[in-house]
Amino acid sequence: MGIELCSWGDMDYFLQQLVNGLTLGSIYGLIAIGYTMVFGIIGMVNFAHGDVFMLSTFISVIVLLILTQILGISSIALALFLVLIAAMVLTALWNWAIERVAYRPLRGSFRLAPLISAIGMSIFLMNFVQVVQGPRNKSVPPLMTDLLVIPIGTSNITISLKQIFIMATTALLLAAFWYVVQKTSLGRAQRACEQDRKMAALLGIDVDRTVSITFVLGAALAAVAGVMYVVQYGVVNFSDGFVPGVKAFTAAVLGGIGSLPGAVLGGLLIGLIEVMWSAYFSIDYKDVAAFSILAIVLIFMPSGLLGKPDVEKV
Amino acid sequence: MEQRGGTILAVEHLTMRFGGLLAVQDLSFSVERGQITALIGPNGAGKTTVFNCITGFYRPTQGRIALTNGTPLSRPLLDRLTGSSLRHLREGTNEVFLLERMAGHEITAKAHVARTFQNIRLFSGMTCLENLLVAQHNALTRASGYSVLGLIGAPSWRAAEARSIERASAWLERIGLIGRADDPAGDLPYGDQRRLEIARAMLTDPVLLCLDEPAAGLNPRESAALSALLRTIRDADGVSILLIEHDMSVVMEISDHIVVLEYGLKISDGSPESVRDDPKVIAAYLGVDDAEVAGAEAELDATVAGRST
Repeated sequence: MGIELCSWGDMDYFLQQLVNGLTLGSIYGLIAIGYTMVFGIIGMVNFAHGDVFMLSTFISVIVLLILTQILGISSIALALFLVLIAAMVLTALWNWAIERVAYRPLRGSFRLAPLISAIGMSIFLMNFVQVVQGPRNKSVPPLMTDLLVIPIGTSNITISLKQIFIMATTALLLAAFWYVVQKTSLGRAQRACEQDRKMAALLGIDVDRTVSITFVLGAALAAVAGVMYVVQYGVVNFSDGFVPGVKAFTAAVLGGIGSLPGAVLGGLLIGLIEVMWSAYFSIDYKDVAAFSILAIVLIFMPSGLLGKPDVEKV
Repeated sequence: MEQRGGTILAVEHLTMRFGGLLAVQDLSFSVERGQITALIGPNGAGKTTVFNCITGFYRPTQGRIALTNGTPLSRPLLDRLTGSSLRHLREGTNEVFLLERMAGHEITAKAHVARTFQNIRLFSGMTCLENLLVAQHNALTRASGYSVLGLIGAPSWRAAEARSIERASAWLERIGLIGRADDPAGDLPYGDQRRLEIARAMLTDPVLLCLDEPAAGLNPRESAALSALLRTIRDADGVSILLIEHDMSVVMEISDHIVVLEYGLKISDGSPESVRDDPKVIAAYLGVDDAEVAGAEAELDATVAGRST
């Protein structure tokens, strides 16, 4: 599917790119939720979140190789399911520990302190993985390479099985996550802390624990994105956290930081813009396109697409 | 008075200093169980500072704030607790808490003190019902086995959730807001928000309810509804109330006991009648009248004249 094959009016080419864009956007959206939730509850941009995502890709690769090479599990579906669970749990534990060590002691300090600590944590995670896993790319054999050809009118669009897997899993986990935040006591406590931490504490809610849970949930979703990334690209590197991290942060800001549906919407939009720009214009300038649209949206809608205007709390 | 008697909250020699400012000076008073106690005084008298000390927002510079849960305050137990480094002590049915040693969320969860603020602090983006459910978070968290059971929708958690929705609905019924259960709390009229806030505080199962100017900004009809609500909380729910209020019609109507502060010092303490007739209180609120000022000036002149001769 090279650029030279494209012709402007082709519907099937457009649909093909739509599928590709939504796949990439799902991954960004999952990471963006972690940024937006942490910002919502403690007003901090967690710069290490992209590296937490990178960590989860390594966890996925290691667990996948253990399952398939050492334990000899031949069913890819079962292996991926186990990888997903293991990556979510282990990454969540990491992020829980990071919050305890690097951010909680600085709460109540000046505003920039946790931010600087997050940058430090980002550098630490990158170097830690580089030292432990080596600086070279790690790869896994291609997974779920089956293609599904859907006839549309006179032509076909091709969807690989892994794209369906990525979109379906994302949709399912987002629905589960939405249920947790909207319908459970845990989610209510989380939303209450987001609005007014002091008042929530006065109603007997343990704010520290709620913040920990927020980090755990954010990391679990980043780990889902990590598994998807491994399935999609099959290659991981210690420096792979930075660019997706920045893109996902952009997605969170585009959607309106603090808003969960906004994070998903922003992720999908950034993914689509990137893919569509590469498909129709130039692959070299895809990032320029994504960030320009961010800048334009923020000029006209400073609080993002779905964000609420900032109301001063008194 | 057999069941009502006994001190529930004893504030002793409370001093709060902010740099060079003495906001509260050596203040002692007590709140009796089953009574409505009002803390009044001109602006800047230190009333809210006292509240902030009781509810763990400020750590007092000096003094002791003791709360008992259930039985009358036991002095020997309190003395033993003060001598130790513990935050609370239980002996049989007697349990005493030292609030100045506790953090905000512990004061609500363990000592069962609830409070509201001068400005409304509902979770305005959440619905009325959700606001009341958040207040029951602790009970629900326990029922949900710290949320693992809750996440998978276990029956024990569902039952607890149903119970808390029932309690919340009963309160919404009581404050006349059942029809607006699913509306965002921020959309309610001001008076309704005040009552919803009190209902939310009550759902944390307090033994002592601290209200900071609950009648501020209410019209006379809303004030009357508030007074009625506070009386039923005292009489039907058996919860003791400590309130700060400027609206004297509300204070005089519902209070059993009034403490008056001025410049951080207690100037009067007693029944509404005795406080109303106390010359120091009248002077603090109305200023000293002209005749007295004239008298003081004359006295001063005489002294100065006496000195110069």
